[in-house]
Amino acid sequence: MLCVLALAFPLVAGVIALAMPWRAWIGWVSALSAAGVLGVGIALCVEASSGTATTALHGGLRADSLSSFMVVVIGCVSLLATLQTPRVMGREIAERATTPRHASLYVLLMQAFITCMLAAVLAANLGVLWVAVEATTIATTFLVSHNRTKKAFEASWKYVVLCSVGIALAFFGTVLMYFAALHSGVGAPHSASLNWTALMAMAPHLNHGVMRLALALLVLGYGTKVGLAPTHSWLADAHSQAPAPVSALMSGVLLTVAFYALLRCKAIADAALGPAFPRALFLVVGLLSLLVAAALLIAQRDLKRMLAYSSVEHMGLLALGAAAGSSLAISAVLLHMLGHGLTKSTLFISSGEIAHAEGTTEMAKVTALLARRPVLGGIFGCGLVALLGLPPFSLFISEFAMARAEVDAGLWWVVALSLLCLSVIFVSITNHARHLLLGAASSRPMVLNARSVAVPLVSALVVCAFIGVVSWPLLTLLHAAAHVVA
Amino acid sequence: MNGSFYVGALELAAGAVLVCAVITLWRRQIRTIVTMLRLQGVALAVVAGVLAWHEHDLGLAFTALLVLAVKGGLVPWLLRRVVRHDPRSRETAPLMNVPSSLVAAAILIVVSYIVTSKLTDLAPSGATRLVPIGVATVLVGYFMLVTRRRAVSQIVGLLLVDNGIALVTFLLTSGVPLIVELGSTLDVLLVVVVLQVLVVNANAQHGSFESDEMRELRD
Repeated sequence: MLCVLALAFPLVAGVIALAMPWRAWIGWVSALSAAGVLGVGIALCVEASSGTATTALHGGLRADSLSSFMVVVIGCVSLLATLQTPRVMGREIAERATTPRHASLYVLLMQAFITCMLAAVLAANLGVLWVAVEATTIATTFLVSHNRTKKAFEASWKYVVLCSVGIALAFFGTVLMYFAALHSGVGAPHSASLNWTALMAMAPHLNHGVMRLALALLVLGYGTKVGLAPTHSWLADAHSQAPAPVSALMSGVLLTVAFYALLRCKAIADAALGPAFPRALFLVVGLLSLLVAAALLIAQRDLKRMLAYSSVEHMGLLALGAAAGSSLAISAVLLHMLGHGLTKSTLFISSGEIAHAEGTTEMAKVTALLARRPVLGGIFGCGLVALLGLPPFSLFISEFAMARAEVDAGLWWVVALSLLCLSVIFVSITNHARHLLLGAASSRPMVLNARSVAVPLVSALVVCAFIGVVSWPLLTLLHAAAHVVA
Repeated sequence: MNGSFYVGALELAAGAVLVCAVITLWRRQIRTIVTMLRLQGVALAVVAGVLAWHEHDLGLAFTALLVLAVKGGLVPWLLRRVVRHDPRSRETAPLMNVPSSLVAAAILIVVSYIVTSKLTDLAPSGATRLVPIGVATVLVGYFMLVTRRRAVSQIVGLLLVDNGIALVTFLLTSGVPLIVELGSTLDVLLVVVVLQVLVVNANAQHGSFESDEMRELRD
């Protein structure tokens, strides 16, 4: 029941946007639906904490503690992103940058996008999970090209082609897993063999050769969507061209939803093959992503591209954490997903405001933000502090816990290498931020007069700091969720 | 159905899928290439149909009809519309000339026979013996994606990859569960619709839309 309700909120909001001519209140409906999703997510978490999974639609939807946690993450970031809709769309219509029809389309696609992500994390069947992840690509294409510039079309073209081709590999991997399940010799009903519970039960009987091939394809395939190297190149293009709230939603949750798919597949492969082979795969893509991010962040000139490459970095960190694979590591990975989602969406939304106020996203042309726009600059600065993994924000504790778990798993050399990359990234981003934020103001400070921007963003940062210091509501949930796949 | 006829029909249809893929590398006229894609879609539907007949699987028979409608009908029709909207894309513009592309295709086919031995060993049968053909189609599709520059050629490459994977799915597991099949076919259709709309919109707003001109975003 709750699972269906979670999907119903964004669906209904989407239908309203489709049926009605554009009005400012339609933007608020989309925010309301995101709040509904967040509420349902919390309710699901409470139910899952008793240890049983909620199912719906004849077992087609299934919410264990891991899925419930993902619903909360999606709810949080969607709320942040959709709260911007009324203001951003109103402004664009006023400036004639968009038409009311496109504003309605924007709300509709946003809601479709959120629905697809929810379907992905709630699907009981790995095939349906794949369909939902692929559908997110379709839903987001026209969001990426919303600005209708040549660059935006180029970005969305590259995004669809690369992601569709990449994710086709994941389908191949899913089919191979199904093939292995059909020939496992364990009696399971034909059509249920892609169900997560059935696959976990028969995992020890799956053929090793086929599973190795399947996992490699799944990591490459879903890895494209996560933005892991070597197929990360769409990420910076799409994130830099999409409207800021869309970038926030894509970077904040779309990547982690794809990573969730990888976690599920890895759990099956771990049970079938033992930890060595999956760990090697995740280490390779994780370290490669960190290296790529570090190399491309040093001389980055564009504000939004900088944030995008920082997402590549954080996804690499998640892959390394998943490689360690212990319960502590997975808990930390999940906490990192939430912290990164809150921080990165805050940063993207405020970067959108900066881009609008300054008329550019080129970092060389923007300076002394703290003096000139204290509120906006302050939020952006705090967000960067959180993103770099400094306390009290939760990314500090999750990165620390992941490193700890990696050392426990005997991967100290991985920790050493990743710390090296992280320090390069730290210096690069602080260097960019120094130019961006500090400096003397040439004019009078301008106070941001939109409370609807500042309040949600500041609250997101406060929540991020709160869960970094007090683990109280999350700790049991994280342990339960980690137990599902660790 | 008679056993040898079943295997023969399956071999013929699966072979046709690969032959169509190779012809798309060979011909330069996009019209011919779209026709080949249509034939490939039909051949794919025949594979599913023969398997459905052989295994008395009603769900798979439905899938065969779906594949026929989408990959043999709707998708080629959409591609035609892209070509009509973009006069420059009548001809392909390969980065590698045609004879070397064909040699590369031959190498890819051999490679696919080598890498799939693990799969065919698990359940050797008339159908799984043909899996390398599907994998070869996937590889030819990737090759097309990286060596062709026109927007339409990239969509064709994407569709070849997809058809190859569909063929492997039919041969290995007689198709995935119906709901997954429905979802994935719908996804493919929507991707093509999305790409078509992108080409048409970008052409309308900015004059031309070719992937070899996409040089603005880079690091």
